[in-house]
Amino acid sequence: MNAALALVVRDLRLALRTPAETLTILAFFVIAATLFAFGIGPEPQALARVATGIVWVVALLACLISLDRLFQSEADDGSLDQLVLAPASLELLVLAKCLAQWLTTALPLIVVSPIVATMLQLPAQGYATLLLTLLLGTPSLSLFGAIGAALSVGARKGGALLALIVLPLYIPVLIFAVAAVEAQIAGLSPRPHLFLLAGFGVFALTITPFAAAAALRQASE
Amino acid sequence: MDSNPTAGLKGRALACRRGGRTVFQALDLRATPGDLLVLRGANGAGKSSLLRVLAGLLAPAAGTLDWDGEAIGEDPAAHRARLAFIAHTDALKPTLTLAEHLHFHAALRGASGTNVAAALDAFGLAALADTPARFLSQGQRRRAALARLLAAPAPLWLLDEPTNGLDAPSVDALARAVARHRAAGGVVVAATHLEFAGASARTLTLGAA
Repeated sequence: MNAALALVVRDLRLALRTPAETLTILAFFVIAATLFAFGIGPEPQALARVATGIVWVVALLACLISLDRLFQSEADDGSLDQLVLAPASLELLVLAKCLAQWLTTALPLIVVSPIVATMLQLPAQGYATLLLTLLLGTPSLSLFGAIGAALSVGARKGGALLALIVLPLYIPVLIFAVAAVEAQIAGLSPRPHLFLLAGFGVFALTITPFAAAAALRQASE
Repeated sequence: MDSNPTAGLKGRALACRRGGRTVFQALDLRATPGDLLVLRGANGAGKSSLLRVLAGLLAPAAGTLDWDGEAIGEDPAAHRARLAFIAHTDALKPTLTLAEHLHFHAALRGASGTNVAAALDAFGLAALADTPARFLSQGQRRRAALARLLAAPAPLWLLDEPTNGLDAPSVDALARAVARHRAAGGVVVAATHLEFAGASARTLTLGAA
C-alpha cells in the first residue's frame, strides 16, 4: 500500500515540476471546444443542442492524449522494470498510476469544463449533471486508457494504436454521460444513466488492474 | 546458512528464446551466499537476457531456477522482494532529485528510507542529494542508479553492466559495496567487462561459439 502511495506522490510531483504537460492538455480542451463553436456558428440554439456532446468528446480526446505517455515514459527510462519488480502487487501500482493520471489530467478538465460549457451555451439546468457525469465518467476513461497505454508500450506509432484500442471502450461512457445531461435538460430523471455510468466505472475498476498489469509484464520481458 | 547445500541461486539447463532465436541453452549456474558470479560473453551472447531470466522478468524457455532450493516460479512475489536489479538503463526522472529517487525506490520496495543518506554517501553523491537528475553527468547518473542497491537492501543483486560510464574511484566504490554485500552473505550476479570485483569471483561465459 505504501508503495502505491509513494507512486502517486511521485507522479504528482513529476506533474507539478513539469506543469506544461497538464496545461497543454487543458489548452487542447479549450481550443478544440472553441473550434466546434466556430464551426457550428454563433446561433445559441444550435450550440446548446450539441454542447454536452462536444464537452464530453473533447474531454475524452484530451484524456486520450495524456494517456500516450502513461507507461511509455516509464518504459523509456527503465523505471518500468523497477515497477514490475517491486514486491508490491503490480495491479495496485497500476491503480496508483491511474489515480495520479486522473488527478493531474481529468480533474483540471472537470474544473475548466463549466467555462467551456458556458461558451457552448449549455442550458443552465444542465451544469450540475454535466459535472456529475464528468466526475463519474472520467475515472473510467483513465482506467480503460491504462489498458490501452499498457498494451501499446513499445509499439511504433503507439499513440495511434492506443486510440484504436481505447476509443471503442469509451463509447458506452460517452453515451450514458450525454444521455444523463440531456435527460436533466429535458426535465427527466438522469438517475438511470448516472447509475449505468457508475456501474461502468466499477467494471473498469475490476478489469483494468489485471489487464494492464498482464500487458506490462509482457512488455518488460 | 553456508552449510545448507541448496542455499543461494541455482539454475539448471536454462534456455532462453527471444524472437524465435535461441539466445542460450543448457546453461547451468550456481551462486551460493557470498558469491559473485561474473557473466561474460560477446555482445548479444545473452548476458542481459540471463539477468532478466534470473530477475523473473523473462520466463526461461526450459530449465529450472531455484533460490534456497525452491523454484522461484512458486512464489514470484518473494523472489521480487529478495532481488535488486540494476538494468543498463538508469531509471531516473529528469525533474526528481537524487534523494527523491532513492526515497521513492525504498518505499516502492517496502524499505524504510533510513538508508538513503548512507547510500548516497557510499557512491559519493551526498553533495548532489538535492540536485535534479537532469543536471547530472552520465557517470553520476550511473552512481545514482547503483545507490538503489544500498537504499533498499536485498540479498540478491543482479547488475547489468554496472560500471558503464563510471570513473576509477566510482568503480572502487562499487567494488567496496559488492565486497560488503558478499561479506554479509549476499549474492551478486553481474554482467561486466571490468575486473572490478578482484579475486574469488566465479565466471560464467556465455555464447562460447
